[in-house]
Formats: sequence, structure tokens, C-alpha cells
Amino acid sequence: MEKFLNSVHLSEDLCKGCINCIKRCPTEAIRVHNGKAVIKKEFCIDCGECIRICVNHAKKATYDPVDMIHNYKYKVALPAPSLYAQANNLDDVNIVLNALKLCGFDDVFEVSGAAEIVSSLTRKYIDENQDKWPIISTACPTVTRLIRVKFPNLLEHLLPVKPPMEIAAALARKRAIEKTGLKSEDIGIFFISPCPAKVTSVRSPLGYKKSDVDGVLAIKHIYPELINKMSVVAEKDELEDLIISGKIGISWGSSDGESSGLLIDSYLAADGIENVIKVLEELEDQKISGLKFIELNACPGGCVGGVLTVENPYVAKSKLKKLRRYMPVTANHMEINEADMYFDSEIEYEPVYTFGSNVVDNISKMMHVEELCKKFPGLDCGSCGAPSCKALAEDIVRGQAKEKDCIHVLRQFINRFSDEINS
Amino acid sequence: MSDALKFTYEISGDDFTRAGEASGDAKRKLKQLGISPEAVRKVAIAMYEGEINMVIHADGGKIDVIITPEAITMILADKGPGIKDIEKAMQAGYSTAPDNIRALGFGAGMGLPNMKKYSDEMDIQTEIGVGTTVTMKVFI
Repeated sequence: MEKFLNSVHLSEDLCKGCINCIKRCPTEAIRVHNGKAVIKKEFCIDCGECIRICVNHAKKATYDPVDMIHNYKYKVALPAPSLYAQANNLDDVNIVLNALKLCGFDDVFEVSGAAEIVSSLTRKYIDENQDKWPIISTACPTVTRLIRVKFPNLLEHLLPVKPPMEIAAALARKRAIEKTGLKSEDIGIFFISPCPAKVTSVRSPLGYKKSDVDGVLAIKHIYPELINKMSVVAEKDELEDLIISGKIGISWGSSDGESSGLLIDSYLAADGIENVIKVLEELEDQKISGLKFIELNACPGGCVGGVLTVENPYVAKSKLKKLRRYMPVTANHMEINEADMYFDSEIEYEPVYTFGSNVVDNISKMMHVEELCKKFPGLDCGSCGAPSCKALAEDIVRGQAKEKDCIHVLRQFINRFSDEINS
Repeated sequence: MSDALKFTYEISGDDFTRAGEASGDAKRKLKQLGISPEAVRKVAIAMYEGEINMVIHADGGKIDVIITPEAITMILADKGPGIKDIEKAMQAGYSTAPDNIRALGFGAGMGLPNMKKYSDEMDIQTEIGVGTTVTMKVFI
């Protein structure tokens, strides 16, 4: 398994080599080389900011094709709660779930049902691990990836419980095997996802060795067919009851939802990658105290703000609120083996921003960076293809760029050269 | 090239929201150097406390951070009022911060105690009416 996978890729023919994405990337993962944006995989945390900002739609999210489901004899859809927030005037989640079955799935397993399990395990973990307060949610894979490369001192605060998608996948697989008698490899488990970061977490999970999800499908990809099938389902007199979650599970679809299921008030919930980074910085410096739990979502508004959704995140959030109004608090009565729900491997610090392994060498490299920065104009114009003058200096020290990539340095050089010729 | 790397930060005395910028920048640099997370944490916390102190009590000042392969040295120099009673100032919970500062959540009297706690060596030179220089060292 590759250590640094990501789920954003470039459509080269659409990329104009502008500087929008390199300036927007919160981890300085993108450079423009030879007129095209290049993502440094080890820096990328799958936040999707470059997809949002690219006016040429050259940045694409990676997800699996819907046709992939036909590779399996028995297909189970795992809808994320954010899916329910896409449709207008939805008053019964069963309409979505039954419509999914008409889209070619044999069964449906609500991820929100598994989310209620995670909520209850989290409540227990918080109570039993006071020394690790505040506990930081691991539901958003982008946040976990960010902490892994930038905040080594916060790793011990991470909640070691698998995310709802994984728990749903394992339970859905077990149910399918019991129901059909088929072999595990004949059963396909498909997450209907609001974000591409889930693709990475399926292919290269953090905290557990192997994912139970076989494919990650995009909400926006499946949505047109789903809407058609929902209108068919809505005409029916009777619907199969496929609901396994209540208010707590559904609420996970937007920011503040995971925390509200913990039934505590000393928590913080932040959304949007810049806000998330600010909270983590302050947490690391011990400027934030007195909290038991921290919920962080990289996307604005939480999962409803994922780049694979279709609805405006804040409209979606309000729809979710309306939808859950008449639901029971929880509808989850599944029998589980708790031990299977926890992480089975450590998440280790990956110092990708460090120059090298030797501190003495690194000090002289940083001195070199400082000297280079003095030569550059400090405009952070991005014309060199790096997001800032400092980033260019670091690339030079790493041997990945040269001084004359800076157009201001180059201009000085050319001016000097032409003066010499003319004198 | 000498083997000490030095960064200088001017601390502005009139903007609370900017306190933490210097320690934040130093923290990022130390991580990039591959300094152990534990040492980075100590520097970040000790330096932030010092930075806040300079803003609250001394109308800002200057911080030098000197990095060698053995240690990180922070020299925080201000031209503030000086510390009248260092022994008292070192007591947890003792603060001379005015009420408007306390209302902002600062001035809990933990500044110097935390600086001492999170640094491996600390030295305070102070003169009333002239200023204070605090030198903190964290070994790598």
C-alpha cells in the first residue's frame, strides 16, 4: 500500500497553468511546472480546495465508476447522511433508500446507523480517557491526514474509533453474507460519498489495516438517476422500511452533528479547512482548554459541503435539520462486537515538510532558504509556480527549482546582461 | 557559514490578535528542521507566553530565536516597566495585568510560571523603568 495516496488529479488539457490553485492550497502541495499544475502527493490532504477554486475545472476528484457495481453478485449501497440533504422536500428517508435499490443495489445500509454506534463508543471513550482530552474526531479523513503531517503533538488526542463508513461497511458485509450465503468476495459494498477524501481512506486507510468498502461512488454522479427513481418510489403505496438511524445519525451529515450526538456541552466544532488549521494550531499551543471533544470538518458546513455533492452546503444543512425533526433520537439497535470498531494500527507522524533526517543539515538548509528569500521580492506572486517566495526558496534547497524561476530575479539578470552588451 | 540559525521577531504592542504570530512562525520552522515534537511544543508554549507578556506589560519588544544543533535559545527583550518583584511574579496566579486585559481572558498569572515550566533554562534580567530581558533555553 502506498503511504501517500491522494484523490485529486489533473485534466492536463484543461489546466492553463494559472496560480489560483497554488495560492489556495492550505498545505502548499501544488506547483505549476511547465505550465501545468502538479500536486505533491505527500503534501496533499484531499481537502478539495483546488477543485473548488479551479475556474477551468482542470482539477478533478477521483471516485469509482457506477458500473463497477456489476463486478459483484450482491451489491450494497451505503448512503452518507449528506445524500439525504440533496433532494428538495424530502420527508421520508425511505424514499431515498428504496430508490437506491431501484438504481441496481440489492440492499442498502445507512451510514448514519453506524454513526450512532460511533457516537455511543465516543461517549464511552471520552468518559474513560480524561487524560487525552480533548478527544479529536477522526471522522473527516482530511483532518486526520492533516494532523499526521503537521501536528505530531496532537496524534494522541485522535479518537481511535473507525469512521461510520467503515463500521457500516463491515456490518453490511456481515448481514449480506448471512442473508445470501455468498462468499465475501462476491459481495460489493459501495459508499455513496460527498467527498473524494473517502476514496483515499478506502485505498490507504489510517488507523486500520484494511477497508471493507469496495468502491466509492460520487453523490453527484448517482444523483440524476436517483432523483428519477425517487419519483417512481414516491408513487408507491408501501415502502420497504430500510431506516436504521434517527436524529443522532442523520445529524452527522453537517458540522456540529457529530458533537451533538455526544450529549455534552464542552465541545468545539469547526468547519472549513482554514478554520480547522487555526483550531489545531491553538490546540497545539495549549491556547484552548476545558474541552472534552473537538469536531473538525475540512469542508464548509461539514460533509454537506463536500465537492462531490450537488446542493449548496448551507441549504443542505437546513434541509437536514428539517428532515430530522420528527425522527426518533436514535433508531440503532444493532448487535456489535465493540472490539472490531476500534483502530488496529497506530497513526504515525509523517514529517513531510522537514528537509531531511539530519538536524544539522536541516539548519544549514534553512539558512540557505533565508538567504534566498532576501533575493526574492517577497510579493508571493506565484509566477514561478510556487505559492510564495519562501516556498520557492524551499523548493530550490530541495533541488526541485532554480533561482531564475523567479521572474524578478530573471529580469534583473536580463537587465544586467543587456547593460553589459550595450556598454 | 556559522552553525547557528537566528530569527528575529518584532513584537507589536498594540494588537492583541497578533500575539502568537512569532511563536507560530518559530514553531513551523522548528518542525521543518526536524526538531523533536516534544521540544517544538515546549518552545511554542514558552515563547507564546512570553510574547503575550510583552504585549500586555511592555508595549511589545523583540524576540530573537537562535537555533543550534544542541539547543533553541529565545531572547525576549522589551523596554517595558520592568518587573518589581520577580519572586512574586514567578508565583502561579500572581498577576499585575489590569482589569481590561483580564476581561480578555489573559492575566491569569501563569505567564512566567509556564515559561519556566516549559523551558529547560530561564534567566530574567530586569530593571525598573528600563526593561526586561528573558532568556529561555530548550535543549534538543
